[in-house]
Amino acid sequence: MKHTILNSIHREMGGRMVEFGGWDMPLHYGSQLEEHHQVRRDAGMFDVSHMTVVDLKGERVKPFLRMLLANDVDKLKVPGKALYSCMLNEDGGVIDDLIVYYLNDEDYRMVVNAGTTDKDMAWIEKHAEAYRVNVTPRRDLAMIAVQGPQARDKALPLLPANLREFVADLKPFQAAWDGSWFVARTGYTGEDGLEIMLPEEQAGELWRKLFENGVAPIGLGARDTLRLEAGMNLYGSDMDESVTPLQSGLAWTIAMDPADRGFIGRPALEAQQRKGVEKQLVGLLLTGRGVLRNHQKLFAGDREIGEITSGGFAPTLQTSIALARVDAGALDDIDVEIRGKRVPAKVVKPPFARHGKPLVSV
Amino acid sequence: MSDIPAELLYTKSHEWIRDDGDGTVTIGITDHAQELLGDLVFVELPEVGDNVESGADCAVVESVKAASDVYSPVAGEIIEVNEALADAPETINESPYAEGWLFKVKLAEKADLSHLLSADAYQAIEDVD
Repeated sequence: MKHTILNSIHREMGGRMVEFGGWDMPLHYGSQLEEHHQVRRDAGMFDVSHMTVVDLKGERVKPFLRMLLANDVDKLKVPGKALYSCMLNEDGGVIDDLIVYYLNDEDYRMVVNAGTTDKDMAWIEKHAEAYRVNVTPRRDLAMIAVQGPQARDKALPLLPANLREFVADLKPFQAAWDGSWFVARTGYTGEDGLEIMLPEEQAGELWRKLFENGVAPIGLGARDTLRLEAGMNLYGSDMDESVTPLQSGLAWTIAMDPADRGFIGRPALEAQQRKGVEKQLVGLLLTGRGVLRNHQKLFAGDREIGEITSGGFAPTLQTSIALARVDAGALDDIDVEIRGKRVPAKVVKPPFARHGKPLVSV
Repeated sequence: MSDIPAELLYTKSHEWIRDDGDGTVTIGITDHAQELLGDLVFVELPEVGDNVESGADCAVVESVKAASDVYSPVAGEIIEVNEALADAPETINESPYAEGWLFKVKLAEKADLSHLLSADAYQAIEDVD
């Protein structure tokens, strides 16, 4: 199993370690629920060094990325600006979802998922050759996400002095950098915060200083409930290569304009649009008793209409929520099969919670 | 190291049983079980008056991570359930052997406690878990 540079610190801080995508990572450090609330109410930090930072450089890197990604990097005009995108195969299936940062016309940076890194790298390198783009996975960098309403205030004084002023002024989805430090106002929790990429050998010191400054360590368990409440998809659960972004609540991330931008998967998406998209991803709020879990079956009357792709207890809402893939069309109240019993649930539009507040109610 | 009170009996599936001495027993899940499950968020209990067989699944505890069946270690009739858990399932995490009890069973005449484990025997199982 692979270890991030912070592995021994997680153990020292009481992390309950589990295997995740080939990595030995902390599930929680005592209570997943308390960690969830800590991020919604104050500030928490996540070791996300298992994710892969990939640098892409070359004269033709921009046309390369406009071909590779379903969203259009041509939207990125300001250095440091970030874009969320899916990377599709020819069938329109989702190879991975990622964030791409624009540094300058010949220099972009991507952050891809841990569990998909090998296939992502193979796919990117295969297509990069024709564009003579240099693709470099930055295994020398660690990444710490600091999230919560107090996250930026608590993290800012601990950043290198020459970066602080720039980071303080960052707009959402924008990054600043100096040397090997790269700080973005992004995250996966529905709260304000920063994602800090830095040289591996400096990560332990930053983690400890953040802790001393009142930022609590948060495990993968709370990371999952926070992102689910924020209505954000998890690769491998809510989408994978067998579905398109149109069937995954991610139509907003596909840039069909301009019409002449030929990106990988475009013909398949257009064909699906012409034919009609048969499945959709929706939010569910459990109105009956129980807990929604991945793969539970959903019914409208007697008709089976789909299944839950991510389900769990939502600590901010004190009830159970889920993302589910169901037949297209209007839906109102549906039933979930929980251990053989039908339990009522309400279809809602994600996100379920943002910035510490519930956005839906029973 | 989890807490295993010496005066209780146990099962391999991590229930504890307290002999209340009047033909009834109280049943819950062990400290080790609650620790494995993590924060509990939902509990489904049997109905008072239900008759249960030894080894029958009769309750469910769900944590942030997973759902787990609870088996009745004895045969008998459910005479009381811990209704306070419906609004406060975390009580099981905080006090698995006292406030976090699940249900009470009036032992059937044929009920047999000889298959239940002592604290030492349960400790041995936990050690290999």
